[in-house]
Amino acid sequence: MKTLVWVEHDNASVKDATLAVVTAASQLGEVHLIVAGSGCKAVADEAAKIAGVGKVHLADDASLGHALAENVAPLIVSLMADHDAVLFPATSNGKNIAPRVAALLDVMQISDILSVEGPDIFTRPIYAGNAIATVQTSDKKLVITVRGTAFAKAATSGGSGTVEAVSGASDTGISKFVGAEIAESTRPELTAAKVIVSGGRALQNSENFHSIIEPLADKLGAAVGASRAAVDAGYVPNDYQVGQTGKIVAPEVYIAIGISGAIQHLAGMKDSKTIIAINKDEDAPIFQVADIGLVGDLFKIVPELTEKL
Amino acid sequence: MKVLVPVKRVLDYNVKPRVKADGTGVDLANVKMSMNPFDEIAVEEAIRLKEKGAATEVVVVTIGVAKAETDVLLTARAMGADRAILIATDDEVEPLGVAKLLKAVCDEEQPGLVILGKQAIDDDSNQTGQMLAALLGWPQGTFASKLEVSGDRVVVTREVDGGLETVDLKAPAIVTTDLRLNEPRYATLPNIMKAKSKPVAKKTIADYGVDVSPRLKTLKTVEPAKRSAGIKVPDVDTLVAKLKEMGVAK
Repeated sequence: MKTLVWVEHDNASVKDATLAVVTAASQLGEVHLIVAGSGCKAVADEAAKIAGVGKVHLADDASLGHALAENVAPLIVSLMADHDAVLFPATSNGKNIAPRVAALLDVMQISDILSVEGPDIFTRPIYAGNAIATVQTSDKKLVITVRGTAFAKAATSGGSGTVEAVSGASDTGISKFVGAEIAESTRPELTAAKVIVSGGRALQNSENFHSIIEPLADKLGAAVGASRAAVDAGYVPNDYQVGQTGKIVAPEVYIAIGISGAIQHLAGMKDSKTIIAINKDEDAPIFQVADIGLVGDLFKIVPELTEKL
Repeated sequence: MKVLVPVKRVLDYNVKPRVKADGTGVDLANVKMSMNPFDEIAVEEAIRLKEKGAATEVVVVTIGVAKAETDVLLTARAMGADRAILIATDDEVEPLGVAKLLKAVCDEEQPGLVILGKQAIDDDSNQTGQMLAALLGWPQGTFASKLEVSGDRVVVTREVDGGLETVDLKAPAIVTTDLRLNEPRYATLPNIMKAKSKPVAKKTIADYGVDVSPRLKTLKTVEPAKRSAGIKVPDVDTLVAKLKEMGVAK
């Protein structure tokens, strides 16, 4: 099977989310990549070095600079004449573009796969991860989004793909990128971090969140996450949210502070290698999934922990 | 501008899904069913557009069991939708099939805007809005946390990885809702009583001449692997020692 992986990037470098998708695609067959963007030649050169990659299709056009689905989808559809499957990371961009491609190909997309069980059989979570379905497709072409935490990351070196220019990109003119507010942070990205420190509603307000959670995260070189309750209460912006409707993470160590462990939150972090929970309620559901638990007042415990590390 | 809002009847979000012992799916017998929460947000947004004078009519549509007429479609009308369309079927229709049916509805209704939930909380597919946009050749503003409509311009602020992004779409357009777009109003009892007189057009899939035969077959459904509870440590010093053991702290 010949597969095509849509590369997530910022026109400067390859985003980590791509690497797990390459691994998933390699379980289906030969892996080709599509780098669609504007002034993104460096991305294609970098992507060609990813282990196991064959051809890298480079579509460099001003209309592709902001990954607008209206412009990217037809380009991918044109490449599908020569490919049997196209895979995207289940990131906000991947989830935005993939179904548009699927419908244009008259294919039923398989969302958020956790494993490849055969050339046409996959597992995927349903009901916020409360059930895992094994599905078999009868479509001739496959359109798939991949849950990043479910597959190992392909090595960023060792590959010797060839970069080939693709033409035919054009601006549909029906949508326009206006602007973005992307939080600048010196901390690692949530979905790529080895250690995550997350805070919940028990922090009571935004000031506490920053003064309690962030020093610990900085000490550990960790990313900062939050429960939906903390985000809804306005302690931190929405992109901090870990959970079924937020980010799905699986770091080496996940430290949950003042998070009770609602099913919604657990769905987003339960694949972490080690879970540490700090909560004053010893019956909190978070302790049922935590490897290490400490019961007590976070306002005393966390500063003490930060100091002693 | 007419606004079309497709809604789905799903297992109520407060009910914990139970996987059937024979692995054939999630048990939906005798459990509470409600409107998909993201779709409630979509209905609310459409009604607000009408209240602001940006929309002229709000039409809701569902594809599903006949009972939807007296629960989710009634709720939507009680919230403020003007009329409803029920495309009755007892079969599960996949997002691609739903998108094809909705395209046929759009061809008839000619809405200027379609607002959908970003995903249904049962199958978690997150596909229908984008697919409908593709089939119609319309622009899409997915995962919206803010929506502004003026004339034929639809400006959507989207929740994306790392923050927010704003796109400017040319109507007719598709918008899918994220959690923070609004807080839906409750359907009050007096409004529910009044809503009963708002019209519901009853249709079948055959009326639209669309092939919705499934492409995916679910071979089995299982519960996810369970994590077991670990140890509790008595104090911060023991936790620090554990973190050092794991190599997380020096």
